[in-house]
Amino acid sequence: MRTEALVTILGMALVTYATRAGGMWLVGRASPSPRVQAWLRQVPGAVLVSIIAPVALASGPAETAAALAAALVAARTRNLLLAMLVGVAAVRLLRFWMV
Amino acid sequence: MSEPASSSAVEQAASGKPGFDVTFTVSGALTGARKTLPLAASVFAVGTVFGVLARQAGLPAAESLSMSALVFAGAAQFIALGLWTAPLPVLTIILTTLVVNLRHVLMGAAWRARYPDLSAPRVYSSAFVMVDESWAMTMREVEDPSGTSDAAFMLGSGLALFLAWISAAAIGQTLGGLVRDPAEWGLDFAFTAAVVALLVGMWKGKRDLVPWDVAAVVAVAASHWLPGKWYILLGALAGSVAGALTDAD
Repeated sequence: MRTEALVTILGMALVTYATRAGGMWLVGRASPSPRVQAWLRQVPGAVLVSIIAPVALASGPAETAAALAAALVAARTRNLLLAMLVGVAAVRLLRFWMV
Repeated sequence: MSEPASSSAVEQAASGKPGFDVTFTVSGALTGARKTLPLAASVFAVGTVFGVLARQAGLPAAESLSMSALVFAGAAQFIALGLWTAPLPVLTIILTTLVVNLRHVLMGAAWRARYPDLSAPRVYSSAFVMVDESWAMTMREVEDPSGTSDAAFMLGSGLALFLAWISAAAIGQTLGGLVRDPAEWGLDFAFTAAVVALLVGMWKGKRDLVPWDVAAVVAVAASHWLPGKWYILLGALAGSVAGALTDAD
């Protein structure tokens, strides 16, 4: 392996691990106040909404409709795999029809 | 521990009462791995594409496989491939990786706050496999009253994804042009559909309206105006702060 490639990959690995461990370290270092705890409890939903919003809401009608289909299946069945499969099949069909 | 309800254990862990022994078992890790299998399939599909593109970008197998094994971060790795020219812009790639992965700081903090008494080796081994998918599965499980409170869930979930990611990179690298674009089958949408399903399970009622709406609006706007993954961090910060300010308890 070339030296500069090795250095790049090790640097990428180091900064990535630092971001993963950094937030855990901060919270473990000082027990968060009730106010910070209340804020951290809001984080999961807000992160996940942010991850999907650009694709699900702002990339086209096929993606928005397929996200809705996946949500309906998840609400009815609580089955992650089924919701994924329906979402993928829906986006595949809708992109085909809507072109 | 005499309480039968696992939800009380989760609450107790979240409230940070001293003396509470956090469960961290092989069986918890296996539960995490098993429940994550659908997402491992989606990670596998993305991983093969990475292997193909890495080969096209001129990376020898040793480089693309060690990157997948050591960095284990999809978005950062794809961006690195785009920057992979001769001479290699070493610092640019490393700094871009840092920025793209900043959202992990917030994610790790939210996870750790649920297990205040977890030992350092368990926390920092889990950190290595905390990716969007394993973290999403874990936080969904944590918020589910009938879910497991075993803190090894994320380690097991992440290891399952790690195996899928590195084996997929090896296959993509080997097969090269034989692997077809997952978007042809709509597979690029699999992760979005899975996160939508996880969110449905996390919905707690009207109190989620404000944080989720704010997160969505800010994320869409940020994805339009800013490069990389800034939209996740900005949407998450805006939504979670809005939620904390408006939530009564």
